[in-house]
Amino acid sequence: MTEERAEQNEKKDEPREDSEEKGKAEQQREQDGEPDSAGDEKEQTSADEEKSGSAADGEKGPGPRAASAKMDKRYLSRNFEIPKAYNIDVYEANGGYRALRKAMGMDGETIIEEVKKSNLRGRGGAGFPCGIKWSFLPKESDVPKYLVVNADEGEPGTFKDRYLMELDPHRHIEGCMIAAWALGIRYCYIFVRGELQFAMKRLQNAIDQAYEKGYLGKNILGKGFDFDIYVHPGAGAYICGEETGLIEGLEGKSGQPRMKPPFPAVVGVFQAPTIVNNVETISSIPFIIEHGGQWFADMGIEKNGGPKLYGLSGPINNPGVYEAPSGITVRELLESPDFGGGMRDGHELKAYIPGGSSCAVVTPKPEHLDVQLGFEPMRDIGSSLGTGCLTFMDTNTCMVRLAARLAHFYHHESCGQCTPCREGSGWAAKVLDGIEAGRGRMEDLDLLLDMCDNIEGNTICALGDSIAIPVRSYVQTFTDEFERHITGKGCPFPAWGKGGAKADSDAA
Amino acid sequence: MAVEFSEIAEAEFQELLSRYPNTLAAMLPALHLAQREFGWISVEVMDYVAEKLDVHPTRVLQAATFYTMYNKQPPGKCHIQVCTTLTCALMGGYELMDHLEEKLGIQVGETTPDGNFTLTEVECLASCGTAPMFQVSYSDGESDYFENLTPERVDEVLEELNEKLTDLPDPRKMHS
Repeated sequence: MTEERAEQNEKKDEPREDSEEKGKAEQQREQDGEPDSAGDEKEQTSADEEKSGSAADGEKGPGPRAASAKMDKRYLSRNFEIPKAYNIDVYEANGGYRALRKAMGMDGETIIEEVKKSNLRGRGGAGFPCGIKWSFLPKESDVPKYLVVNADEGEPGTFKDRYLMELDPHRHIEGCMIAAWALGIRYCYIFVRGELQFAMKRLQNAIDQAYEKGYLGKNILGKGFDFDIYVHPGAGAYICGEETGLIEGLEGKSGQPRMKPPFPAVVGVFQAPTIVNNVETISSIPFIIEHGGQWFADMGIEKNGGPKLYGLSGPINNPGVYEAPSGITVRELLESPDFGGGMRDGHELKAYIPGGSSCAVVTPKPEHLDVQLGFEPMRDIGSSLGTGCLTFMDTNTCMVRLAARLAHFYHHESCGQCTPCREGSGWAAKVLDGIEAGRGRMEDLDLLLDMCDNIEGNTICALGDSIAIPVRSYVQTFTDEFERHITGKGCPFPAWGKGGAKADSDAA
Repeated sequence: MAVEFSEIAEAEFQELLSRYPNTLAAMLPALHLAQREFGWISVEVMDYVAEKLDVHPTRVLQAATFYTMYNKQPPGKCHIQVCTTLTCALMGGYELMDHLEEKLGIQVGETTPDGNFTLTEVECLASCGTAPMFQVSYSDGESDYFENLTPERVDEVLEELNEKLTDLPDPRKMHS
């Protein structure tokens, strides 16, 4: 480890040493000492300790962050610092389950209209308008309809849904119930990636509490509405983040995506009409009911409504999860002391990825920093909003090595059923490894671009595109750097670890 | 000795079945449960799960080999999984791996001869704001995230893990 790296890490740990933060963490631990109904106390406490540490990242700055004129308080993250907000009593004392009661006084059509009006776009990365997706679900069905929550958060660089599940699970459950009420859905599965054991415990605990209070089960709130929620664990497959791969995984099979159409709204899990929504999308629903679709739409820009969670990571001063309106600029998120706090001393911004590794890489030109974070503005600068979790990279970052590392990721995660994705990802990784190791040839750059063209659009699901888009963007945006690797027969940047990137080894 | 769920695990298994309209859908949670009970997913365990779910054994083989969280070999009591994907690579994930290899005296992908630690490289664990990090999966089925790691902090974590070892079952001995 280089001294510089050690220094960075030390800096990163500073907030945890801060006495005030420590106080908060200890306070939280004390309050958490009381065992929850699920899980053993010891594990719960140690995991909470860990959590207080990471949640503390979102606690800097005095009180709720005033993100912009459009948003003077927080919504999605407002319970993050309220002790034990994951318990139903605390959640209700802070206004929880009021939106559900209001929704149950409305009919389904009205709710769908409000959600359409809200301009809520799918928060998992694809950005499909939520209300429109909901309207595809057939009203009448001979079989029970399903809601499946995509909590298989695995897009590299993305870490927001985990916070929603761990720190405000009841908000999520309330959102599921409102969706179910509006759409006539009988059962819900929350498909959580298997590694997020703590999030699953928090969700299960919250679900158990909701059953006890009569919010789940039969004849909810005396309205003749029956609804059940189950937590379903994934088992370590990125492809289950793709909605039909997820459905296959939920059915107990390999997560190999299905051909569309039919879309899940018509034929989904167990051959029944199914809505698949991201965690944050569902957690946003109670606010739309509470304040109205127009209010939600107003807190954003054209076609992109509402408050949103942004995850900031990389060598910046304040990495973490932050809430801000849709359409906030990248510059404000990166530079404002209320958010990222700028690059760390001695680190100069070289590029950023807007919303997970599947997005095209972006250079820090002024117009790329002043762009508003919305699906259309990001498309206009040649990238995409994705999950809205931004990864910042400094000038020490080798773009060839990063592209190689990501190609290995996609090769490892390809489900294998489409040849262009299965073979193309491995081939791209080998060519990129060769360039990084100094074995590259100039014609490799065209070869890479040609491979990308042959993968993109030729696979069942979007994972193929997710290889082509970033690889092409690294080659085209940083052509000079690729050429320097080839002419100089090696990498001019500092290595990752002693052995360099272990990109050649297949990650477990 | 044929594998068989304990009474508690059997009750959990029955509860799992009640969640789904068919038994095949209980595959992933059932395999997690089996891994907790039997330490790892051997062919014998796969056959047992197939019998319990009343599905053809190839169904179980398919799931157990497609999903990376199921160990097809016995792991150590503490399975350390280091993320090196994107932010973790940028923030020192590989340095973390080097440090662990040195401290544990093994290479990535290996288990210490005493069966206490397995070290693997994994893909993004959704903890990018607290990079670099690793997850530890214990042989009793629990797991923890360790975040914002430095070599000094890793040394502390290893000490904490060493203290836990006596309470953890040895996956190699959890079934024949």
